[in-house]
Amino acid sequence: VMNDIISAMFKKNFMEELFKPQDLYSKKALRTVYDRLAHTSIMRLNQASMDKLYDLMTMAFKYQVLLCPRPRDILLVTFNHLDAIKDFISDSPGILNQVDETFRQLIETYNCLSDGEFQLIRQTLLIFFQDMHIRVSIFLKDKVQNSNGRFVLPISGPVPWGTEVPGLIRIFNHKGVEVKRAEFTTAGNYVTPQREGSFELYGDRVLKLGTNMYSVTRPVETHMSGSSKTLASQAKENIVPNPLAKEELNFLARLLGGLDIQKPAGGETGFRLNLFTTDEEEEHAAQTRPEELSYKVINIEATQEPGRRAELSRILGELEVAEPRPGSAEKGEDLLALMDGL
Amino acid sequence: SQAAWCELPSRVLLVLTSQRGVQMYESDGSTMVFWHALDIPEQPAAHSVFARGIATAGGRFVCVGTSSGAVLVFDIPPKGTNVTLSEILEQHRDPVTDIAAEQGQAPDGAGDLVTADDAGTLCLWSTGEEFTLLGKIPGSGSSCSSVTLWNGIVAAGYGNGQIRLWEAGSGRIRAQVSAHARWIYALDLAPLTGKLLSGAEDSFVHVWQLSRKPDTDDIEIRHCHAECVTDTQVCGARFCDPAGDTFAVTGYDLSEILCYGPA
Repeated sequence: VMNDIISAMFKKNFMEELFKPQDLYSKKALRTVYDRLAHTSIMRLNQASMDKLYDLMTMAFKYQVLLCPRPRDILLVTFNHLDAIKDFISDSPGILNQVDETFRQLIETYNCLSDGEFQLIRQTLLIFFQDMHIRVSIFLKDKVQNSNGRFVLPISGPVPWGTEVPGLIRIFNHKGVEVKRAEFTTAGNYVTPQREGSFELYGDRVLKLGTNMYSVTRPVETHMSGSSKTLASQAKENIVPNPLAKEELNFLARLLGGLDIQKPAGGETGFRLNLFTTDEEEEHAAQTRPEELSYKVINIEATQEPGRRAELSRILGELEVAEPRPGSAEKGEDLLALMDGL
Repeated sequence: SQAAWCELPSRVLLVLTSQRGVQMYESDGSTMVFWHALDIPEQPAAHSVFARGIATAGGRFVCVGTSSGAVLVFDIPPKGTNVTLSEILEQHRDPVTDIAAEQGQAPDGAGDLVTADDAGTLCLWSTGEEFTLLGKIPGSGSSCSSVTLWNGIVAAGYGNGQIRLWEAGSGRIRAQVSAHARWIYALDLAPLTGKLLSGAEDSFVHVWQLSRKPDTDDIEIRHCHAECVTDTQVCGARFCDPAGDTFAVTGYDLSEILCYGPA
């Protein structure tokens, strides 16, 4: 299952699409891609488990982006992810090659960006995750998340590489000579960092963000009650039609076209992953999930066979109109429903 | 996106910047007075296009920075919608981060406007029919995220948590403060007293006192007060009065505006 999913994710076509300059996906689009990736092996998840898995992924990623000491550390977090992935498929040279290839592309594309550019990327990601406060057991237990769903921001520990420990004021005269020093104290308790993480293909990243949270067996519960403040804004987002729906569908079609869903062959029945303790619990979770937090994902089965793919292109082609039509946003939503019926 | 009140002698405008460009509204938000669209490329490009950094200069101009490094200078009439793009200043090679106008009394030879960019470069200008570049302070590897100008002192906040004071006239560094442990998002200045407010991702807001002695020309900065907004990355910080006795703070994921004042 690991090999299948990782190999699908790092396939050349898929990665090529991801590396093209583009806007951040909508929440719906991201969830669709995520679902598709999760189904590229014989593993299956019910709606409730899939929702929970997505919640976990979302909050973990939000945590990692938020806590990055420097904006450019989001790249180190990505490298930590890749290092862990390479560990999973260390005995499959073919897939390992694909991952290394992506690694090299990341280095080539991103190592040269400025701090300001990384901060822009980070801010864009943080806006995407704004107001999400789903509580995750493993985070609550480790005291990195409060019971109100907000993450703990420590005011102690090493300062980011390139930053000085706060406290010193240096005064210079008009000739540029230092003439005075003063200190101030705060509640913070910072120390100097030991060394910088490596941005090479191999190396010590130093930063722990992005390393495997589950390297030791940990609980995977998530809690949604008490997130009521966020529900209004999320619900609103689901109703407003996305004016970029058409472009996004084009992108999704290209991206998903390269991801083939696996069907368990012959006598194999595949296996189902349940993130809850029992089947009953999973069933109950599906029924009691707050309406505002349901992701309303439509399964795009259309791209399974070449014939279907052509059908999809034809339908998308028919969406090309000379002038903007008032109903075009809804047309996009209709297409998703249409593809569901194929 | 940013929003700023631009106070001119005869009117107040609300100026908004975004990825589309610049919009200006009457102060009650009733009418859009003017909008300037940025050239948006057909296909998404590798670098995003946006406007960032707003300041009022010379009682007549509204200056707005852009991601290309260009600073747009708009000439604002006392009333009506006849706003014109008077000049484009092209001295920055990196995206503009912030712009500030002199809020006190500029000494002779010091400019009345400072512009900052992602490379940490600062440009000093004298404003008017034609803007003149008076000096350039090169960056040293860290983005200058915010800047203020008071009595010829440039106070600049950087992505590495440092605050630096520069003398506007000579371009010389006069103070260096290891102020914050994370990216500084906001700087504000109280013109009546020279108090400086800094807010950063490290959850801290600090109040500093700037001073400049006219006879010796000594420039100093002193720490006055610190506040920690627990578990919040501070994104905005502004004084609520010109003396700097009260200030307001905003943060990521925070739906409230926190106000701080004397006990």
